[in-house]
Amino acid sequence: MGTDLNEAERPVQIDLRGVSHAFEIENGAFPVLNDVSLQIRKNHFAAVVGPSGCGKSTLTRLISGLIKPVSGEIYLAGERVTSPRATVGMAFQNPVMLEWRSVLKNVILPLEIVAPKMSHKQRQERAMELLSMVSLEGFEDKRPSELSGGMKQRVSLCRALVHDPDVLILDEPFGALDAFTREELWAMMHRLRRIKPFTCLLITHDLRESVFLSDEIYVMSQRPAKIKHSVAVELGSERQLDDLYAPNVTSLLASLRSQIADPNN
Amino acid sequence: MSASHKFLVPLAAMIGFLLVWEWIVWVNDWPNYKMASPSDLGPAFWKFRILFLEYGWDTLWRTVVGLGISVIVGVLLGMVMGLSRTSRDALYPLLVGFNAIPKATVVPVIALLLVGLDDLNTVLIAFLISFFPIAVSVSIGLSTLEPEYRDILRALGASKTTIFLKIALPKTLPEFFGALKIAVTLAFIGTNLMEIVEPHGKGLGHLFDSGKINADYPLMFAVLIALAFLGIVLYYIVVALEQIFAGWAERD
Ligand SMILES: Nc1ncnc2c1ncn2[C@@H]1O[C@H](COP(=O)(O)OP(=O)(O)OP(=O)(O)O)[C@@H](O)[C@H]1O
Ligand SMILES: [Mg+2]
Repeated sequence: MGTDLNEAERPVQIDLRGVSHAFEIENGAFPVLNDVSLQIRKNHFAAVVGPSGCGKSTLTRLISGLIKPVSGEIYLAGERVTSPRATVGMAFQNPVMLEWRSVLKNVILPLEIVAPKMSHKQRQERAMELLSMVSLEGFEDKRPSELSGGMKQRVSLCRALVHDPDVLILDEPFGALDAFTREELWAMMHRLRRIKPFTCLLITHDLRESVFLSDEIYVMSQRPAKIKHSVAVELGSERQLDDLYAPNVTSLLASLRSQIADPNN
Repeated sequence: MSASHKFLVPLAAMIGFLLVWEWIVWVNDWPNYKMASPSDLGPAFWKFRILFLEYGWDTLWRTVVGLGISVIVGVLLGMVMGLSRTSRDALYPLLVGFNAIPKATVVPVIALLLVGLDDLNTVLIAFLISFFPIAVSVSIGLSTLEPEYRDILRALGASKTTIFLKIALPKTLPEFFGALKIAVTLAFIGTNLMEIVEPHGKGLGHLFDSGKINADYPLMFAVLIALAFLGIVLYYIVVALEQIFAGWAERD
């Protein structure tokens, strides 16, 4: 527990080198990220935690190429990110359902952009495959408005994964759900990764979630944020909710909590 | 609610309304030059049946063409204002100012400017009076689109056009149809205003005006009923289109 992250067994997938970002506002620049560096290895699951408004969502938008950093460099699989790319999948706190489309058509959406040549039948099969992985078979023809919050979030995850991205970026996707649904979706994330591994960056407010899901946790400081702490989570890949109550995990949670609350760094 | 129920209830209400109207005229023993009763309408419709068809068609097509132009111009203006903050800041006050002018004052101006071109100026008024709600609703629909909606496609490298067609446009359709229901009524009013004002004109507004000049009350009331009928038909055509293209937005 708490060892450094330097077991160099796999290539680096997400690589941030000295990334700083500021937004232009009326009275000048508004610094948000200050010299952030982090490396996430292929098929690792990284969680980023930090105080509200410190720049976590900004970090995800930078990595996906939606915005450009003021300084520093971002690489995905060794390639410099200068604009959005089809090898990334994103899901947000708001499940962003397109109400005019059926559940199935919501999931298919990314394929219409990144795989225009794929046949309609193949798209449907791919989407159905994912929907059944998250136990939503039978709901494919429903409207999003007929689904519960947790079901919408599952659809949103399917949509983020449907084009088989190398990198999955999740910005607090479970934040608005009740505790039971959240735990169900945690188990689902583990299942999805077992079926088909991917590199994942998860933003969360929930420290237990970060411990349960990830291989490594990065703690961000107050805005303008930098990475002030990182820990590896050594729980193996078969995790049970009960693990969260083991003494070593409780002390990890306590130390993370004090890291975030500490205003001096 | 069954289909027959949906149809029979309003029909019963309408028959009830006509009966009450007939009864009031009968009880008060009003002569025809004071107030026409429903039983006078039939003969009036029959007597002027050719004119009703011909003028009804004039009113109908000019309203629809005016509304069509207003949809094109309104959507374009709405897109410009919805997608660029600068143009919204520039155009919005102009549009509000224009919309604030009572259209009854614009009607004689246009009638004078384009004297003799009654089709053109009727269509023009129908358009001028009705594009504002469309422009405003489209611009609000586009400018209030949550950034995540754009981002799910932008993050995949989709072009601006694709994002507009797949996300912004369909998401704005319910607002658009809400505005279209207002616009169709406005365009209809615009057409009739112009038809009434215009000398030697055509359309149901003109028929109403000649009824007035000849103090033919049954004819005037018959025109009002015909207008109500046309207005209802136009409105429900828009409702049907809304059902087809934006039915998903309905909460039930
Ligand atoms: N487009 C923008 N223009 C100006 N300021 C912005 C913009 N986007 C974010 N900010 C500011 O940058 C800071 C970081 O925002 P960000 O959304 O990244 O925070 P966050 O860590 O995700 O917060 P939360 O945990 O509440 O989601 C905030 O103070 C926010 O007000
Ligand atoms: Mg955020």
